[in-house]
Amino acid sequence: MQVRPLNQSALGLRPPFRYKLQIAIQTPGDISMIKLNVNGQTREVDADPATPVLWVIRENLNMPGTKFGCGIAQCGACTVHLDGEPVRSCSTPLSAAEGKTITTIEGLASEDGALHNVQQAWIEAQVPQCGYCQSGQIMSAVALLEKNPRPTDAQIDEAMAGNVCRCGMYGRIRKAIKAAADIDQPAKVEA
Amino acid sequence: MGKWSRRAFIGAGVAAGGALIVGVAVRQGNPIDELGPLLTNGENEQLLNAWVKVDTDNVVTAVIPHVEMGQGVYTALAQMLADEMDADWNKVRILEAPADMQYVSDSIARDFLAPDLQVPAWFEPTVAGGILELAQAMGLQFTGGSYSVRATGQRAMRTAGAAAREMLVAAAASEWQVPESEIATADSMIIHAKSGKSVPFAAFAHAAAEQSLPAKPKLKSPDNYKIMGQPMARHDIPAKVDGSAIFGIDADVPGMKYAAVKAPPVIGATVESMDATTAKTMPGVLQILNMGDFVAVVADGYWQAQQALNTINAQYSKTEGDDLDLDAIFARYATSLDEAGEDGGDMQTEAGDVAKSFAGAATKVEAEYKVPFLAHATMEPMNCTAWVRDGKCDVWSGHQAPVNARQAAADAAGLPFEDVTYHNAYLGGGFGRRSDSDAIIMATRIAKATGYPVKMIWSREEDTAQDHYRPSATSRFRGGLDKDGRAVSWDNIHTHLFDPADAPTVPYYNIASHKIRKVDVPMHLRFGPWRSVDHSQHGFFIESFVDEMADAAGKDGYAFRRELLAESPRYLKVLDTAAKMSGWGSALPEKQGRGIAFVPSFGSIVAQVAEVDMSGPKPKVTKVYVAADPGFVVNPDGFTAQMESGIVYGLTAALYGDITIKDGAVQQSNFHDYPMLRIDEMPEVEVALINGDHERLGGGGEPGLPPIAPAVANAIFAATGKRVRELPIAKHDFA
Repeated sequence: MQVRPLNQSALGLRPPFRYKLQIAIQTPGDISMIKLNVNGQTREVDADPATPVLWVIRENLNMPGTKFGCGIAQCGACTVHLDGEPVRSCSTPLSAAEGKTITTIEGLASEDGALHNVQQAWIEAQVPQCGYCQSGQIMSAVALLEKNPRPTDAQIDEAMAGNVCRCGMYGRIRKAIKAAADIDQPAKVEA
Repeated sequence: MGKWSRRAFIGAGVAAGGALIVGVAVRQGNPIDELGPLLTNGENEQLLNAWVKVDTDNVVTAVIPHVEMGQGVYTALAQMLADEMDADWNKVRILEAPADMQYVSDSIARDFLAPDLQVPAWFEPTVAGGILELAQAMGLQFTGGSYSVRATGQRAMRTAGAAAREMLVAAAASEWQVPESEIATADSMIIHAKSGKSVPFAAFAHAAAEQSLPAKPKLKSPDNYKIMGQPMARHDIPAKVDGSAIFGIDADVPGMKYAAVKAPPVIGATVESMDATTAKTMPGVLQILNMGDFVAVVADGYWQAQQALNTINAQYSKTEGDDLDLDAIFARYATSLDEAGEDGGDMQTEAGDVAKSFAGAATKVEAEYKVPFLAHATMEPMNCTAWVRDGKCDVWSGHQAPVNARQAAADAAGLPFEDVTYHNAYLGGGFGRRSDSDAIIMATRIAKATGYPVKMIWSREEDTAQDHYRPSATSRFRGGLDKDGRAVSWDNIHTHLFDPADAPTVPYYNIASHKIRKVDVPMHLRFGPWRSVDHSQHGFFIESFVDEMADAAGKDGYAFRRELLAESPRYLKVLDTAAKMSGWGSALPEKQGRGIAFVPSFGSIVAQVAEVDMSGPKPKVTKVYVAADPGFVVNPDGFTAQMESGIVYGLTAALYGDITIKDGAVQQSNFHDYPMLRIDEMPEVEVALINGDHERLGGGGEPGLPPIAPAVANAIFAATGKRVRELPIAKHDFA
């Protein structure tokens, strides 16, 4: 498949702020059947393999919790986990997700409906305002804590700087991540 | 459920159906027969009043005539109603009012149209009726202007709760044959201590409906508040952590298709022709539409539509704005200000003889400030889903004025208002942007052209380039100080005036002679309200100039403002609180500085002290201390969150916000060239709340914003000696 820029308006502009596109977006093509593992379930979708995972999740799988913000991996609203790694689903083609496990915000709670500790911490710190970026924020935070159960302030900043919140709830996000770290895991030696 | 599917749209926080609910209209003459089906769940429910219903399981449902965009309005307004009603907070549910004319808020209208009108009886028929008519004409079911708590909450929700409580008490008194004075209410129970009776509200819900409406329900005094003033958890938050909150962009209509759109880069131009050869052949593409003022591609999926749209080469008509660049715009401002001279322009406020006081001043200070155009950049790009068929139209979106949205859709569909159903969802950021109906109109037109349901989503690039911008502006000041360094003369002329009218004025500062004028500069760009509206510009202008006057007087900014506020103890307390929190006057390390700013807006008084560290490659705001007096804080955590939020929104703009114009078109497109403040730049924010006047409340959504830009600019001056007279700060080199 031919690789080309995301859209015309992105041409000629300086490279994206801080975050490079993980995988170049590809041109639309024909529909094919693709098997995915989403939130622990095997799903089959009829879609163009070039389609960004974001739109497959939202439109084909009808799971609207993952949000569209910028389309160029700049805001993090679309963050999901691909084999446990946080990725920007707006810039990850479906073909890159084939055979891998995808976790979305809808898949964080346990089967009995109990919220993930990070979600619980988010409620306790009253983090969301408009709430639109929060699925992505929470997915980034969960990925951070899975890798680094007791992150320092600098490590929180580094892991979360890809997620924009226009309501500006960054202070509460920091607080919630620290609270979740305390609930989540036993203390380990500081990195 | 009838035609209102709001219940399904919001999901959480809605009372379960099937319960017996008793109803009566609080406002006499309210056509309950029309409203009932919109709000109730069938024959077993009736409406208690326009703002509250009581269920058989004793759930009290507050019906909120505002939209939720993160400001916590559902919770704060429900607190006000529930407290007056003595409802059990754990059994309070929330329902957003449908986009119906009956929910046009007359209390908002009254504050907009006749703010000083003192009407003792809450729904005094002649006055309220007259204002309601005006409000309906204006389509005001509006969420903005930081009005929800101070207008709707204070005047409508509290009164509705108190009225409901009095009717329940009257019904119980009648049944039990005891005086009303012997009956108490608490936690959604009606209690007669003498006889030991204690029954839930629900037991008298039916009978309450038979009671006459109290003309003047008695409101609580602050010492009796139980729910107001408490940091209640927000009702909308649980759905916002598990992905279940439904926003406008999440509308799900069976058979719906997706549209991507592109309008001419120069606002006002039309699409003269287009080459869609490639787009036509692309997968999933259903229709390519030249709508005159924009191009739309409709496809099976949004991504397919956007990719096809990106291949279309369109030619646009020439407009007067084509040659305009940002420099030329600011040159126009300068020309208009020059032409206004000493006495031209529109006088906004004048006192004393400014020419004389300036001429006689011991020290004269002059400065000119500039602020740029700003986009709103809501996290959720503009979007709307519409379906026009069989003489009916359904529209799904998130809008700050649902009645306006419904009317806009009706006009676009060419249908009567009654045949349009507007479904409002959560707003993924509003900030003023979602008070405009352009996306509603576009989606409705596309849906009308196609015949099937269409979800239109703007790309981030379109959202950035086709906003209704916060106007750029230039403001010029001349100030005079007497020999003791006191401000005696204030002469200001600036471009543009949007709203509110008091934004450029400084009545709280004791300056004997002042003169404030504006000049209009016409332009092709579209302007819209942007969080805190004109206070976002004038807060920076005024508080920067006050700091320059202080410096010229040889005083520090805090001491100078204290003199100006000496006769206003309530204002002084706010200023003093912020200064004290910050340790004002204490030493800071080298290349760090502290700046103070004070801006009353939207009925709330806010002072902020910012600390900046200028030792790195770019300015870093490390700490912000906030003192705020909104009269009475209904929800302290919610109000604090609004202060934090206003600071980040304002700081993002102060540091980076810069929409520039070249050849008539906006040059920015996405977050890489219109950058946002991120978590690693987030200052620590400490907020102190002051309850200074429980009778007259101020807003929360906007007043946290205006002081931050000048506080930071003043702090940079303290740290570096360099005065920022033009935003954004990122433009400047402080090395």
